[in-house]
Amino acid sequence: MTEAQKAGGVLILIPALNEEASVGGVVHEVRAAMPHAAILVADDASSDATRTVALEAGADVLTLPAHLGLGGCVQAGYKLAFELGFEYVIRVDGDGQHDARDIPRILDTLRSTGCQMVIGSRFCEGGQNGHTSMARAVGITVFRLLLRPILGKSVYDPTSGFVGVSREALGVFSRSFPLEYPEIEALVVLQRRRFRFVEVPCQMRPRRHGRSTITALKSFSYLVHVLLGVFVNILKLEGRRWLGLRKA
Amino acid sequence: MDRLLNVMTVLSLGLIVSILMSVRRSHIRVEYSVSWLGAAIVLLVLSQSRGFLEWLAVALGLPDAPLALVILGLTVFLVVFYRFSVIISSLKDANIALTQRVAILEFQLRTMHEGK
Repeated sequence: MTEAQKAGGVLILIPALNEEASVGGVVHEVRAAMPHAAILVADDASSDATRTVALEAGADVLTLPAHLGLGGCVQAGYKLAFELGFEYVIRVDGDGQHDARDIPRILDTLRSTGCQMVIGSRFCEGGQNGHTSMARAVGITVFRLLLRPILGKSVYDPTSGFVGVSREALGVFSRSFPLEYPEIEALVVLQRRRFRFVEVPCQMRPRRHGRSTITALKSFSYLVHVLLGVFVNILKLEGRRWLGLRKA
Repeated sequence: MDRLLNVMTVLSLGLIVSILMSVRRSHIRVEYSVSWLGAAIVLLVLSQSRGFLEWLAVALGLPDAPLALVILGLTVFLVVFYRFSVIISSLKDANIALTQRVAILEFQLRTMHEGK
């Protein structure tokens, strides 16, 4: 990670937990797609050789000393990126499901639209979905319906982890970021601050190695957890506004 | 009724003794023992307040005074559990922030050593 890369640059953030089989390939793909970008693997205290493989592939590695879960791991990467002065951060999963060739499209959209967040979407026009389980598809439909009135616009792929954020959003997420299943809550956090997001079509491939952390059994817990998180975020911010009015 | 109250008295005393022992052996920090000691003392006092329990049972429309004691006991412990949930949440937030900070500092130290 050079000084030139940091100042006003782009960081590709790859959160990873026990992804030794796939993280090296992901780093090489990202390097091919974005030769000048800094690549940071945020290792969520993996028990395998994820860190070593990522370093050998040429990435920088942020090693968490204890397992924090996806949200805590991603937020650590966001904090570091914010402190180092990066202008844009694009998050790519370490399991190889995201096609790195879509990264330039996300970055271009961030730059050209001035949106604070760009979501790589499997389900908007032009997107491709390699594999989505029935439970996840049902969940996505529920979240779409739920988020439509909250966000004031449709979001086709609210659970996508293929996300680019601007420095403005980075500042917000460095201070406050949902810890478990963060994608949907993050949308609400941004919307409540009147930030904008757009979706761009992307391709999602099946996992190359390992298994998804979201099993069928966890799906119900996921649904309840996210619904609760969404409403808590709304209440939090409405509460702050109300207190602000009282002070005024 | 008397037997239940006596059992409750013994349990409360047992709880107080075990908490004090745990504090003495540093298994529980003093600040976190206060909630448990408070709950145990409340239960101890209630178990010796037959008149109050009978009055409470009538006031709440309960058929028996022992039921009032059980409900009060549950309420006291719910309050304690709630307090500990708040403490655990706060500790978890602090843990996450510390873990992230350690990782970031380690990253920056390594970068400095490597001269990047």
